[in-house]
Amino acid sequence: MAASVLFDAPGPRTQVRHRIYSVAASAAIVVVIAYALWKLNDDGQFEYALWEPFLTPDFITALLVDGLVTTVTMAVGAIIGAVVFGFVFGVAKMSDHRFIRWPAWIVVEFFRAMPVLLLMIFLYFGFFVSTQGGFLWIDQRGGFFAVVIALTCYNGSVLAEVVRAGVAAVPKGQAEAAYAIGMRKTQVMTLILLPQAVKVMLPAIISQMVVALKDTSLGYAVAAPGLTKVGQSIYKEFHNQVPTAFVLAVLYVGLNLLLTLLATWIQKRFVGEKKIDIVAAAAGIDKDRA
Amino acid sequence: MTPLNAVLDNLDQFFKAFGYTLFLFLVCAVASMALGALLVAMRVGPIGVLRKVAAVYVSLVRNTPLVLIFIFFHFAAPIIGINFKWVQIYVGSFDFTSAFATAFIALSLYTSCFVCEALRSGVNAVSIGQAEAARAIGLPFSGVMTQVVLPQALRASVPPLASALIAMLKNTSVAGIFFLAEATATMRGLSNDFSSQRLGIFLCFAIGYIVLVEIVSMISLSFERRWRIA
Amino acid sequence: MRLRKAFAATAVTLIAATGLVACGDAGDDKAGRDVEAKNDCDDKFEAGSRMAAIADAGTINVGVKYDQPGLGFKGATDDVPSGFDIEVAKLLVADLCIDPASDKVNWEETISDNREPYLESGKVDIVLASYSITEDRQKVVGQAGPYMVTGQRILVKSDSDVKSVDDLKGKEVCSVTGSTSLDRIKEKGAKGVGADSYSECAEKVLDGTYVAMTTDGTILAGLAAQNEGELKVVGDEFSEENIGVGYGKDKPEMCEWINGVLSDAFEDGSWAEAFELTLGPSGVETPEPPALLPCK
Repeated sequence: MAASVLFDAPGPRTQVRHRIYSVAASAAIVVVIAYALWKLNDDGQFEYALWEPFLTPDFITALLVDGLVTTVTMAVGAIIGAVVFGFVFGVAKMSDHRFIRWPAWIVVEFFRAMPVLLLMIFLYFGFFVSTQGGFLWIDQRGGFFAVVIALTCYNGSVLAEVVRAGVAAVPKGQAEAAYAIGMRKTQVMTLILLPQAVKVMLPAIISQMVVALKDTSLGYAVAAPGLTKVGQSIYKEFHNQVPTAFVLAVLYVGLNLLLTLLATWIQKRFVGEKKIDIVAAAAGIDKDRA
Repeated sequence: MTPLNAVLDNLDQFFKAFGYTLFLFLVCAVASMALGALLVAMRVGPIGVLRKVAAVYVSLVRNTPLVLIFIFFHFAAPIIGINFKWVQIYVGSFDFTSAFATAFIALSLYTSCFVCEALRSGVNAVSIGQAEAARAIGLPFSGVMTQVVLPQALRASVPPLASALIAMLKNTSVAGIFFLAEATATMRGLSNDFSSQRLGIFLCFAIGYIVLVEIVSMISLSFERRWRIA
Repeated sequence: MRLRKAFAATAVTLIAATGLVACGDAGDDKAGRDVEAKNDCDDKFEAGSRMAAIADAGTINVGVKYDQPGLGFKGATDDVPSGFDIEVAKLLVADLCIDPASDKVNWEETISDNREPYLESGKVDIVLASYSITEDRQKVVGQAGPYMVTGQRILVKSDSDVKSVDDLKGKEVCSVTGSTSLDRIKEKGAKGVGADSYSECAEKVLDGTYVAMTTDGTILAGLAAQNEGELKVVGDEFSEENIGVGYGKDKPEMCEWINGVLSDAFEDGSWAEAFELTLGPSGVETPEPPALLPCK
């Protein structure tokens, strides 16, 4: 529903009133921003010394390479893992066999209902604290893997629901036609349903990547590397918490907006109007039980 | 030694920890729904400036990691004179001091964006005819919203709203790494003291969270059923 | 469309920032002692001992702290950590004929909770991370030394009236989650608040959220020095901590070796020099070297 349906086309008097509201609101916003800027300036937050680290090549490299790249690596790793996890458990949840369906349901429910941070802390102090880091080209400590695995489990169980919703979104006739030409259950799933579901799921997977990217910052609790960690060591050294928080926010928000943009583009390019709402999919399990 | 001794011997700590989690969840739920409703009103309202402000606010805050918001309020904001050390409420053995207040602010601000989006999807689900009919009988924007659209939107947004609140319930765990002795912090403390029972301790706390999540989701289900349009 | 504009703005900001890089010059190099690697390892250690194995391999993993100024601290752009723990570690490393300044030394960050697991699993060979010697810990890991004796004290703001731990009854006092300091301050009647790291506690004391924080005096001295004029260490030590070197419990031969290197360092003045260089600036006077505990 477009916003304009909610109110009549404003007449001359309302237009004036709206204009007054707009001006008042703009004025209020300008005042708030101006006050914030004045306050920041008054507290000396714009002093060059506080911002200098962010203009120093070493620190920019640290932020971008040790920070941004590691964060993205963790998020990408987690999402790849989550997609695999999601497909395995999503399909398992749709199994005709109770002994496959139920354990899959329990695993998915367990990881979805528990804070990912709790899992991360448990994994880290229970296992990764004592393992030798380093995997493929990634030379990292346990915190890295605690983050990746915890996020894989959590996002994977959310994606399991998305997979199910994606398969459910494929028109029924597709499966029926496949059975009619003599395909087996596995063939119907792997050749007919999943390929079509994937297309619909792509934007949802990318939205989930935004979630994973944000959640990598939970690695703060388990000494994991990444943007937050680099920022932390910068503000500990220079006591420039405000500028650091600002720079970190810009980097995270920028990256996430980029991903959202990508999701929108993929949606338009590959999927068209049909869309799996990730919120609805995540809430979908509740509807099942109803 | 059963694997659960650590939790059984410290049941008071266990329940107190989840007490903090639950209190934090409840106050944040109220605050974030109020703020979310305000945001959605701005977001769909007739004032262009407010629409933009709400949109920018939502897209900025929801794309910022919660940990960063906590870091801001704990370590950056005090430097520019925003702090919550004046909050000192003591209820029984619970202390609601700066750690709790900061968690409350950070979580509510963060969650309100998701509440706003949930409500907006609900507003979008209300059929156009409803709003048109409301306008036809002469209701102003405030009337259209409060009398006709929002009550129905709320109904349609129960599932996404419940998702947002459940996510927030799980996000209260972040407060545990910022000075608040809630469930996640307590799990960490206990696992440290009884390192041989890590798995048991972890499962107990995980189940504690799962129970809370299930309660919230059941409440949302019952609302959904009660409000289902026949 | 809105997103596109926002992204464009972000991109422009980033590019502008990178364009300006040439002018920034933040950060400074932390000084440390130059310690030369010995070269007598061929027959110094008994065959089959852990020391011989490390010396043969030529690489060593050392667990240290990254967030305690003066003891073990590593900034965002530092290649190696710095501090008193590090200086002592360098002496041990050098004795194994490994150049402490080279990349043959792998400095691993250990936090309070993971020091035992790191040693038990062999992920690190030795731990020097303000690691106090306790009976509980000696059940799972080996501990040699001490190379420093310190005690739990209190850090408050410079203008605070708090004089000792008795003034803190019922007040919120910050320390690290899971640390013995936190348990002990609770026993003293204060309300313990658990943080993720000591520097976070210091931040919260600085901004007035908590009246005080507590842990070993040397750590507090480092934090006080980092915030000169704003924080001070007060009160008597209300515990005695022997800071030692952690090693794997299954390698008991390391104890005598560590104590040997330490006692040499006590005698030839390199211990005092390291102390002066790292903790001296925090206003801690260089004490007499501590008495080493006998190996079991």
